[in-house]
Amino acid sequence: MSSEHYRGVWVFAEQRDGKIKGVACELLAKGRELADALQTELSAVCFGHGIGEVEQLIAHGADRVYLVDSPALANNQEDLLTQQLIEMIQQHRPEIVLAGATALGRALTPRVAAALPTGLSADCIDLEIDAEKRLLLQTKPTFGGNIMAIITCPKARPQMATVRPHVFSRGEPDSSRKGEIVKLDFNRERMTSRTKLLDFVAEITETVRIEEADVIVAGGRGLEKAENFEMLDELASVMGAAVGATRAAVDEGWTAYSHQIGQTGKTVCPRLYIAVGISGALQHVVGMQTSECIVAINEDPNAPIFEVATYGIVGDLFQVVPMLTEKLKKR
Amino acid sequence: MNVVVCLKQVPGTTQVKIDPQTNTLIRQGIENIINPFDTYAIEEGVRLRERTGGKVTAISMGPPQAETALREAISLGADEGILLSDPTFAGADTWTTSYTISAALRKLGQYDLVICGRQTLDGDTGHVGPQLAEMLALPFIAYVSQIEEIADGSLRVQRMVEDGYEVVESPLPAVITVVKEINMPRLPSLRGIARSKSATIPVWGAKELNTDPGRVGLAGSFTRVIRIFSPQRVCQGEIFQGEAEEQVDCLVNRLKDDGFI
Repeated sequence: MSSEHYRGVWVFAEQRDGKIKGVACELLAKGRELADALQTELSAVCFGHGIGEVEQLIAHGADRVYLVDSPALANNQEDLLTQQLIEMIQQHRPEIVLAGATALGRALTPRVAAALPTGLSADCIDLEIDAEKRLLLQTKPTFGGNIMAIITCPKARPQMATVRPHVFSRGEPDSSRKGEIVKLDFNRERMTSRTKLLDFVAEITETVRIEEADVIVAGGRGLEKAENFEMLDELASVMGAAVGATRAAVDEGWTAYSHQIGQTGKTVCPRLYIAVGISGALQHVVGMQTSECIVAINEDPNAPIFEVATYGIVGDLFQVVPMLTEKLKKR
Repeated sequence: MNVVVCLKQVPGTTQVKIDPQTNTLIRQGIENIINPFDTYAIEEGVRLRERTGGKVTAISMGPPQAETALREAISLGADEGILLSDPTFAGADTWTTSYTISAALRKLGQYDLVICGRQTLDGDTGHVGPQLAEMLALPFIAYVSQIEEIADGSLRVQRMVEDGYEVVESPLPAVITVVKEINMPRLPSLRGIARSKSATIPVWGAKELNTDPGRVGLAGSFTRVIRIFSPQRVCQGEIFQGEAEEQVDCLVNRLKDDGFI
């Protein structure tokens, strides 16, 4: 079927335990821009069971929410989600489908694109519309962020892309916005599920979740050993901050992978990011560069982290960090 | 247990530059390596064979020189390597790559588990594992950090998600992608190096795989790269001067003025 039979922009609104993930609102904010540029509708697609605050998807920009509620969908069994999404795309024919580049989104969307079949791009950092050709211009980092590529899917539809959480800002919700919630049946009998989710084990030990933290204090190779992360813990507790780390620090075993920020870790966008002993390899920078204010503390004045820093201190972190902690304590 | 490991040969650095004349990547002088994430897949395949018997087959799609990556995989413990190479395969996006590898897996037939790395160092997509699974109608599990149990036609694994890990069970055959937390790859053994030198690496092209010319390479790709560029970074920040204490004072004042503290 040719591309003019496909209309509308879809956002896959991922939920966990009935709670819609923040990345869905971020994608709706961007999706709204794309839909307006194409003069078409924006829909959110949400699968789960007993999902709360579905209306927020409309407040964040959706004209329509396709809601599939079933106990079978409660814990995101990927086989079921994949088949349901494939079926709905074939039936409703959106021209664009966006999803968060989460563990789920990055496993689900390639399967959907493989089956339809259509093109898919991963981890986009920018999305724009060529209105004349109705093309989605997808900018994605390659080579660990050293090279950016702009990708299109010229003929097949839908055009599919994933975007990492915190790349787009979510905008203010508008509760006066009007939209419709379309409830669809889930036909469990038609679906096959081969993989089975048996258990979930949480591994975040700290109280402040890194993806949602307003302030992050992050450490890299310059900290030299695991014990020195305690220095960051102290600064973080004074500031009410979460502690992050570079891949190098995680590889050394100084802290858990759940704290890793960067290309193969999390993308974060706090108001304040304090980079301690971090050189600023692109692999790390792509995960934090959209932070509102970046403070770099590093003894090497040529470290690339200073290129993205709002404020920089060139000096010995073992002197500077305890000093900063003390001064903030006294305030 | 027969394991197939999919691997890709990639430039050995992410510090690549763009030729301003041609607007293509400068590949000259850059050494090629096995995609680092795929070395964990090789190691896990070899460990499974050591525990359960069977063999490990390494498969790679690429230009003729990708043969060296397969020889390296043999030196790391794989039993055999197969190169998927054909002029018509060039310029493939992830969909056509997956299609070509799925054709090879169909031809290969006997396997219990397909292991891929989580993503490549160059393209960074992580699509090929899940797309292979879908095209072969096999179950799929991403980001596996530990194989807890594998027996009697099923496997149970731990897979990493944002805030921890999930325990997932699947029947075999299946496709999984693995993360670096799963193991510590070994170094090549002397025996392995000797085997890698003498091994015959069969090359399967469009004829051997009977691929549809409209579904391989650039011609079959759904996506197009319309432009590549280097991101520009310009330092616009303020680097404080003076002794450590003065710098820290300056920082605290700025953060206060900006309303961050």
